[in-house]
Amino acid sequence: MSTLQEIINKCKNLAFDLNFEKAKEWKAEENDRVLIGYMPIYFPREIVHAVNGLAVGILGVGDRKQVIKGDAYYQSYICRIPRGIIELALDGHLEGFDGFVFPSICDVIRNLSGMFQILKKGKFVDYLDYPQNFQLEVGGEFYKNELQQVLNEIKKINKVEIIPEKLNHSIKLYNNNRNLIEKIYDVRQKFPWRLTAEELYYIVRAGLVMPVEEHNKILEDVYGYIQEEIGEPMDKIKVIISGAFCEQPPVSLIKTIEMAGCYVVDDDMILGSRWIEGNVNDDTDDPLNALVEAYLTKSTFSSSVYDINNPKEDRLIELVEKRKADGIIFAAPSFCDPALLDRPLLQKACDDRNVRYISFKYSENTGQFKNIKEQVGAFADSIKLWSDELIES
Amino acid sequence: MSSKPEKENRKVEKEKSMIIQKEMIGKLFKDLSTAKETGKKVVYTFVPGNLSELIHAFDMLPVYPEINALQSGMRKKSGGYIREAEKYGHSEDVCTYVKCDIGMMLNGNIGPTGEKIPDPDLLLLSYTGCFTFMKWFENLEDLYPGVEIAMLHTPYQKDGEITEEMTQYMVKQLKEEVIPKMEKVSGIKYDETKLKGILENSVKAEDLIVKIFDTPKNIPSPIDAYFAGVYYIGPINIGFRGTSEAVDYYAELYKEILERVEKGLGPVTPEGEINEERFRLVVEGPPNWTSFREFWKLFYDLGAVIVASSYTKVGGVYDTGFRHNPGKPLESLSEYCMFCYTNLNLPQRIDLLSNCITEYHADGFLVNSIKSCNSFSAGQLLMMRTLEEKLEIPVGFIESDLVDPRYFSYANIKNRLESFFQMLEQRKIILAQ
Repeated sequence: MSTLQEIINKCKNLAFDLNFEKAKEWKAEENDRVLIGYMPIYFPREIVHAVNGLAVGILGVGDRKQVIKGDAYYQSYICRIPRGIIELALDGHLEGFDGFVFPSICDVIRNLSGMFQILKKGKFVDYLDYPQNFQLEVGGEFYKNELQQVLNEIKKINKVEIIPEKLNHSIKLYNNNRNLIEKIYDVRQKFPWRLTAEELYYIVRAGLVMPVEEHNKILEDVYGYIQEEIGEPMDKIKVIISGAFCEQPPVSLIKTIEMAGCYVVDDDMILGSRWIEGNVNDDTDDPLNALVEAYLTKSTFSSSVYDINNPKEDRLIELVEKRKADGIIFAAPSFCDPALLDRPLLQKACDDRNVRYISFKYSENTGQFKNIKEQVGAFADSIKLWSDELIES
Repeated sequence: MSSKPEKENRKVEKEKSMIIQKEMIGKLFKDLSTAKETGKKVVYTFVPGNLSELIHAFDMLPVYPEINALQSGMRKKSGGYIREAEKYGHSEDVCTYVKCDIGMMLNGNIGPTGEKIPDPDLLLLSYTGCFTFMKWFENLEDLYPGVEIAMLHTPYQKDGEITEEMTQYMVKQLKEEVIPKMEKVSGIKYDETKLKGILENSVKAEDLIVKIFDTPKNIPSPIDAYFAGVYYIGPINIGFRGTSEAVDYYAELYKEILERVEKGLGPVTPEGEINEERFRLVVEGPPNWTSFREFWKLFYDLGAVIVASSYTKVGGVYDTGFRHNPGKPLESLSEYCMFCYTNLNLPQRIDLLSNCITEYHADGFLVNSIKSCNSFSAGQLLMMRTLEEKLEIPVGFIESDLVDPRYFSYANIKNRLESFFQMLEQRKIILAQ
């Protein structure tokens, strides 16, 4: 069994492998395997797993690759992530992928699907239109049809038909995956020093590029390791990061937040891996329907979901209470309409309920962190020094 | 550039259609200002995917926040409203229509005619072709807590087609979400016979507007299909579709334009007619509203006429054959929503623009890329490059914003346009040799 550090190092390498070698090696082992790339935030990977495929998360290039061609495709006022994805496509990093799925989260990702169509990348390009109606017989039926379309495309490639037993099995594996991630988050809530936010990020993100069976083993091992007391508790506040669900913050930003006096006890980075809260029914004659029902009734909150009946601001405050966090760091990518348009609503909820917060923007290739470190440091100090007064007021 | 084309320096007399339109819009805002006294219920909704006919069927009055925002832009008020919204917590990065609208509300919600726009009785979120609409209405719901709100999710034409499943999804939403909410708010029962009658008028107006936007195929073009076009689409987009007033307005407008065609006249501008049409352009993207006149002048001063534009299709694409169908009212309302320009995928948009460039005998293609509008802007550079390669036509690119005056750089845009026009002129000389 590998040591915790060995696991972390392995995940770090996999998480930022822009050639997706691990996934490509997996595909090469059998003829009818397929690789399906998907963009943030959420995609039910179970359906691809059940038809001998691997759904691979594509999160842009971060600060690991210089974007040159991608900048020629986008105006200066559009966020960074699509530039990196186009760069990956044009530079051949996505060769070997059979298809691409673009979940409906914003106009930029939506139009990126059209750009992939024009550039003829993959054997199919699918814009996965998530329903914004949450009635089973209305939005649910529409969503089921959307998922079936993805399956139809895969079947055209590898001739594999989906069968309930296999999909039930895939659902079980991903249920386990989410449960393990959640258990690790739960341990970190109490003992955040046992695994840093940076290390956790590598471990969860690596799950986007490898078979779920292998990732589950990693998560089990990590969970085992952090049962023991390791690391040194420090005098830090506990925070939640909100707004980073699509374009990912550079790892140095995560490190900066922790170095400036915070333990990150929850976040929405790699939110897709934690999207469904609880288990999907894995023992049913209609498992596709089970995935649909889970999306409609067990989705986490997100800026991409219309949620007047279950407001995200209430759910964010509930998360603060659940994690016993001292405050929230609203960290959103520049030019991210969904996250930034949500900010006033979320901040108002924090003001109304006395939850402390700070806000800033980043890009996936941000390289200067001094200002952020000072801002986060002042935030952490203010809570440590004056939190009692604020609570009493 | 060489000599400027002559324009007739005379006071531009308003044509009858302009007067009719002014009266129609004036009456709408008057009705809105007295809605609370008259008991009329007020629906806030959006232009793309607007359900005007359904709103009329329930005797309700529409308010279009993006129309209020553009009106604020033209009246030089948007800058202040945007700053107000930014003080409220909105980022400088996000859609300025949203910020202008929120700023206007925070300042008393005074509409373009100086009268207060009433609070909504219903927020009808027709989520068509623009993700930001959804975020916009979540913010509005926060500003009007407790207001009734109905969501209509329009599926995107991801594969360039409308499937039966997509239509049925929308029809179900109309039946189970939108219509019950409208019945509840208005106190009026849904009457499909009444709706069918209203839709018959829609078809007439749609036939006319297609004919109107077909006239720039003439050389010279009798109209500017972008700068004047935005006025022409006003009635059909802001709640009059389905009314006899709209049919009368478009019939009169069409008659006036045909007279111009017969006389071989060019477009009317704020400074008179363009006597020499030097460049025929197809434009992609919305216009800038804060400096609308100056922006337009940059074109007409040099004899550039827009013969077709994607923006005039934002409230509905009728020229490829879609018409509302009184025989299938809810299905056709659904299909209408799915046919709006920004709900088309990028290959469809390219095909549509390509057809415009060819059929309207355009000399060039220009993108006005709008900072605020990712629904339009994301992908425009690839669209432009694809059209350039496919049609071997000169392409130009300028940037501005909808209603944020900070993002209209007159000198930059003028420089770019002049270079573009020079390129077009050179090409004409080469092609003539």
